Amino acid sequence: MALVAALRRLSHASLGFYSWRAAAATPTFGAWITGQRSFTVGSQPLRSDKVTVHFINRDGDKITVKGSPGESLLDVVINEDLDIDGFGACEGTLACSTCHLIFEDDVFKKLGRITDEEMDMLDLAYGLTDTSRLGCQVCLSKSLDGLVAKVPESVADARQSQDG
Amino acid sequence: MIGQKLLFSGLRTSASRWINRLNEGETFLTHVSFKKVTGIRIQFKIDSKYVLGNFYCINGRGQASFSSCSPKVCIVGSGPAGFYTAHHVIKARQDAEVDIYERLPVPFGLVRFGVAPDHPEVKNVINTFTQTAKHSRCNFYGNINVGKDVSVEELQQAYHAVVLSYGAEDNRKMGIPGEDLAGVYSAKDFVGWYNGLPSCQKLNPDLSCDTAVILGQGNVALDVARILLSPINILKKTDITQPALEALEKSQVRRVLIVGRRGPIQIACTIKELREMAKLPGTRPEMLAADFDGITEALKNVPRPRKRLTELLLKTALEVPNEEEQERRSKASRVWAFQFFRSPVEVLAIKYTGVKSNLKQLEFFHVSASVLTGELEDVPCGLIISSIGYKSTLIDPSVPFDSHKAIVPNINGRVQQVAGLYCSGWLKTGPTGVIATTMNNSFDTAKSLLDDMASGTVDLSASKAGFHSITGLLEKRGVKPVLFSDWEKIDSVETSKGEAIGKPREKILTVQEMLQVVHK
Ligand SMILES: Cc1cc2nc3c(=O)[nH]c(=O)nc-3n(C[C@H](O)[C@H](O)[C@H](O)COP(=O)(O)OP(=O)(O)OC[C@H]3O[C@@H](n4cnc5c(N)ncnc54)[C@H](O)[C@@H]3O)c2cc1C
Ligand SMILES: NC(=O)c1ccc[n+]([C@@H]2O[C@H](COP(=O)([O-])OP(=O)(O)OC[C@H]3O[C@@H](n4cnc5c(N)ncnc54)[C@H](OP(=O)(O)O)[C@@H]3O)[C@@H](O)[C@H]2O)c1
Ligand code: FES
Repeated sequence: MALVAALRRLSHASLGFYSWRAAAATPTFGAWITGQRSFTVGSQPLRSDKVTVHFINRDGDKITVKGSPGESLLDVVINEDLDIDGFGACEGTLACSTCHLIFEDDVFKKLGRITDEEMDMLDLAYGLTDTSRLGCQVCLSKSLDGLVAKVPESVADARQSQDG
Repeated sequence: MIGQKLLFSGLRTSASRWINRLNEGETFLTHVSFKKVTGIRIQFKIDSKYVLGNFYCINGRGQASFSSCSPKVCIVGSGPAGFYTAHHVIKARQDAEVDIYERLPVPFGLVRFGVAPDHPEVKNVINTFTQTAKHSRCNFYGNINVGKDVSVEELQQAYHAVVLSYGAEDNRKMGIPGEDLAGVYSAKDFVGWYNGLPSCQKLNPDLSCDTAVILGQGNVALDVARILLSPINILKKTDITQPALEALEKSQVRRVLIVGRRGPIQIACTIKELREMAKLPGTRPEMLAADFDGITEALKNVPRPRKRLTELLLKTALEVPNEEEQERRSKASRVWAFQFFRSPVEVLAIKYTGVKSNLKQLEFFHVSASVLTGELEDVPCGLIISSIGYKSTLIDPSVPFDSHKAIVPNINGRVQQVAGLYCSGWLKTGPTGVIATTMNNSFDTAKSLLDDMASGTVDLSASKAGFHSITGLLEKRGVKPVLFSDWEKIDSVETSKGEAIGKPREKILTVQEMLQVVHK
């Protein structure tokens, strides 16, 4: 699994962005409920296959990095040690919605199917839009080269209700 | 509707009859009375814009007031709010030092003592918090009860700024007669019991009845319902406490009714948790079709999240299931149901001779259409869990507190009328929101604090001793702080105890025993 592989590659513990040291050992006791876990499945890609990804952080800063096909955007954030506060709190297990990202229309259409389980968590995300996805569920492919993923601004009023 | 017959057959009666039999000793029956209301919508959202004018006294030295001395920040409470606030401050200011004070010897607040044992994924966030705690500019001091062992004023003197993030440790009361009777528990205590909160270990809930009623339909209510209904072999693999596991193994509860005062469109739980209920092994839903009248039409203009949630609710409640699901349901030995438009009026213990002592009863007011008729509905039940929300308390009289809203009055986390005092998390917003919500509101508070340091509103010109000046006080008062490395000892004992029996962790259940591990 790409995420797990990513975790093993990771050895530092910078505070700017949290690394996921323990996640490789995270048991999936919750699996009996959703019947599925959503780690990304991918192969070890060739170097030349790298996909360029641009993140627009909360402060508007653009961060450009490369990821490998099959990796999720959460994997990319971890591997590249990107400084996005609070991103990926549940470590890609579809239990937090902190990996919420917003895409451009045409990119969004290329991202593939959204499972009910992703949609369930997405519905709780801050600043939900029609082109929102959870970064831990979006996998890179060559056709996504150059994609722009915007980190939604956190909302000052935390009491956003379900009805938005 | 089957459910209705099942629940109400032969049990309609008037409240007064039961009241008259109160306090007669012998065998007791407990029941709750509900007002049945239809078509009434009550809005409870707390107004966030609690604007009371300006109160900050910009320090005489103005912008120039801050100096090179390192800001010392104290955070009270080590739940998500405490850790996320600390993280943001440490990251934004390379010179800031943050000390987190925690009442218990163990960190993480509701992530340890609230989040359901069968939701281990949610607890992954502990890895994030651990990194913050281990940062060179962050310290954890557990086993310090702020307000008792050290006052907020003392902390304010020792630190440049104090952030209150001590959560919501009490529960809302229904305010109806009989809610304190035996057999009635608050979800806060019940959750604390199965999650190993030391203060709740004596709860010993009576699970010898057939039907349990949960009042309130939020995610906590669903957590409680799942714990009551889940097959034991699922719970066995979680970090639920061993005493709770043993009690649940013997539990006779077969039916759980989750009762709300409003309708399906206003339900407080979220869709993931509803989906979990719908799929819960060994259980089937059994709802009242009448509760859903007119819902499909009303759904047309609601936003996507609410729409999807209600659609799943309708599907679960009313749709004829496919063959596979039919088979699953036919094999289910336990039943759950949401019931709507029922507002609790009274819990009554009634003398009931000739029946097993654990049999208790519930009652509803019965209302037709949208008119209150005062009619009652009765449901026999032996366990009532009130899950109508948590509630923050005042831990120190020097802190401003809005007892009506049960929050510390603040604007963007700045406590009103007290410079240098901040709040974050549930104490700031009231007890709603998932960890992600708490994260955002904590970042927001941290931002206010950082802005105030930059502007000089928080005076950094004088250096502060921080924990050094508190440690003497604690010593005098006989309080021994627990460090993060001490927690790691507890953690390792707990995980190895758990490992031995196939659980991720076996929690230590008393503060005394935790401290023994630390001081060994
Ligand atoms: C039963 C339950 C289940 C939940 N499940 C989920 C879930 O699955 N997913 C999700 O995203 N959210 C969940 N939540 C919500 C989540 O737990 C909250 O959003 C979050 O914990 C609030 O954080 P907090 O730091 O404000 O409060 P808390 O987590 O309560 O932390 C407060 C801390 O302050 C400490 N404290 C209290 N008094 C003092 C004192 N006098 N001195 C020093 N320290 C003190 C407490 O011991 C505690 O450690 C759940 C909530 C509950 C109640
Ligand atoms: N898995 C998870 O993500 C998870 C798990 C647990 C908790 N949490 C979060 O933690 C927060 C707290 O959860 P919660 O369930 O305690 O609170 P909640 O979501 O606010 O639900 C409270 C429930 O109690 C009802 N209620 C309140 N006062 C009442 C009264 N006087 N009489 C009758 N009913 C009353 C409410 O009904 P009304 O709607 O009519 O007011 C509502 O159904 C929520 O934001 C929740 O999402 C999340
Ligand atoms: S990381 Fe938690 S849902 Fe994606």
